[in-house]
Amino acid sequence: MTTVAEQLPRQDSPREPAKPSLRHRLSRWDVKFSPYLYIAPFFVVFGLTGLFPLLYTGYVSLFDWEVGDDDPKFIGLANFTALLGDPQFWNAVGNTISIFLLSSVPQVIIAVLLAALLSLRLRFPAGWRVGILLPYSASLVALGIIFANLFGPRYGLVNAMLEAVGLDRVEWQANRFASHLAIATMVNWRWTGYNALIVLAAMQALPRDVYEAAVVDGAGAVRRFFSITLPMLRPTLIFVVVTSTIGGLQIFTEPKLFDAMPGSNNGGSQHQFQTLTLYLYQSAFEGFDLGYASAIAWLLFLLIVLIALVNFLITRRLATTTGPKR
Amino acid sequence: MTALGLRSRRGSSRFFVYATLVAFVLGSLFPFYWSFLVASRDTGMLSDHLPPVLPGGNFWSNAGRVFDSVPFWRALGNSVIVSGTVTVTTVLFSALAGFAFAKMRFRGSNGLFAFIVVTLAVPTQLGVIPLFIMMSELGWAGHVQAVIVPNLVTAFGVFWMRQYIVDAVPYELIEAARVDGCSVFGTFVHVCLPAIRPAAAVLAMFTFMMSWNDFLWPLIVLDAGNPTVQVALEKLQSGHYVDYSLVLAGTTLATIPVLIVFLLLGRQIVAGIMQGAVKG
Repeated sequence: MTTVAEQLPRQDSPREPAKPSLRHRLSRWDVKFSPYLYIAPFFVVFGLTGLFPLLYTGYVSLFDWEVGDDDPKFIGLANFTALLGDPQFWNAVGNTISIFLLSSVPQVIIAVLLAALLSLRLRFPAGWRVGILLPYSASLVALGIIFANLFGPRYGLVNAMLEAVGLDRVEWQANRFASHLAIATMVNWRWTGYNALIVLAAMQALPRDVYEAAVVDGAGAVRRFFSITLPMLRPTLIFVVVTSTIGGLQIFTEPKLFDAMPGSNNGGSQHQFQTLTLYLYQSAFEGFDLGYASAIAWLLFLLIVLIALVNFLITRRLATTTGPKR
Repeated sequence: MTALGLRSRRGSSRFFVYATLVAFVLGSLFPFYWSFLVASRDTGMLSDHLPPVLPGGNFWSNAGRVFDSVPFWRALGNSVIVSGTVTVTTVLFSALAGFAFAKMRFRGSNGLFAFIVVTLAVPTQLGVIPLFIMMSELGWAGHVQAVIVPNLVTAFGVFWMRQYIVDAVPYELIEAARVDGCSVFGTFVHVCLPAIRPAAAVLAMFTFMMSWNDFLWPLIVLDAGNPTVQVALEKLQSGHYVDYSLVLAGTTLATIPVLIVFLLLGRQIVAGIMQGAVKG
């Protein structure tokens, strides 16, 4: 944490009185140093509890470090090599990406369509917006418990419904893909409305005259949506996709509470829905292996950066293609 | 003319639009309702072939059992302390920093602000292991200050406040206050604070909700004897596997306060999200 306040700003006051009184000087110092004082809390808190731990994770990952260990052994990159040969790690990578895709792709598409509906002239516009944002107020823990119950294999409402319409019950916890689908449903349920509002705000800020010109040129509503709205929403879509990447790849609470074995960190009997953050948590606070867990954290960080970058590029490409394919 | 340039004049398309929206709102409400429904009956109902649609009368007895199973009063107290403290400090420190970045000239301000914007995208959750080691060294593990201190102020808060103060506080007023002999802090208190109430209220709501619902870090650093509400819920679930009436009574109790706040302030929350989106 380097303090900015240590570097004295150059004096650049054009009009200095001949003999500055003490009061005047105090006032100048006030103007000069106050801003550094005002921004200090953020930099101190973030430096000590955000940035430093993140970097220190890299240091811990080079040690064989057990919880409560007074004298951790330096082992170089051994944690990383062990991790790259660990099938449970690759399984968690696969699950994380799978759940992320199932919860991001449909979510962004539905959010854009929902925003399009909300942008129409409606009665009670405020009411609809509050209504679709309701899920955002639920805590992830409450949500995880409720959905684990709804998707319960034997007494769950979802399976009861499926049977009522003559379909087979689904093993929501035991089956890998089904469990990913159920967890993605939780994520989508909570975030779709929120993202729809962000897209809606961007839609309302779009210039009107472009649409009027398009109407004069005879473009239909669908054409206008694909040729004007989507390309102009590009910055917002990139924002939504990148933020949902950063959040979605760290998913932890939903799979933890979805487990049929309460309190378990296994992510299912065969780790079929164990995500990376859940594996990190299990390694650190159940296996007490802080070094190994820190290595997971670093690789997860790299994965997030990588996928956010890929997303950024894809979203940019997609939103620039004009018009529906003919 | 709407953003899509659609005018749903025809009755059929209007009906479709409203039907879709109603379906979304009902879907949003359903899990809350289901949670209350199960909590108001006994777990035996779940083995009925098709569940009932109306709540029963057991909610208060199930809620009472929640308080017997986990230290729920204590958890509520802790959550109020944590969320309340974090909300107050985040709004205050964000307003101060936002004021400095928006209205004061100092060396390095652009670079420092850019740094804050970059940190918005940094997943600090991944630093939990060293943070846990630090808290253990300090002897804070198991105490609420371990949850409060890392959340005293957020990058989002500073960013949000700066964006608002840029437009909301005119330079002329600050100059006038300075001429009248106000110190810098005086101008902050007398000129800036009164002007930023709406933005501070929205930031306070968001901060409170985020803090109230936070889970990973409190789960790591607190124990079952001194939990926050979310951690207590998790302990409730891991202790009672089949007793869903009990567990969902817990989730209902934990959700109702936030839901009430949300319904009362829903419009401001919606406005807050939409403002942040356009400016951000």
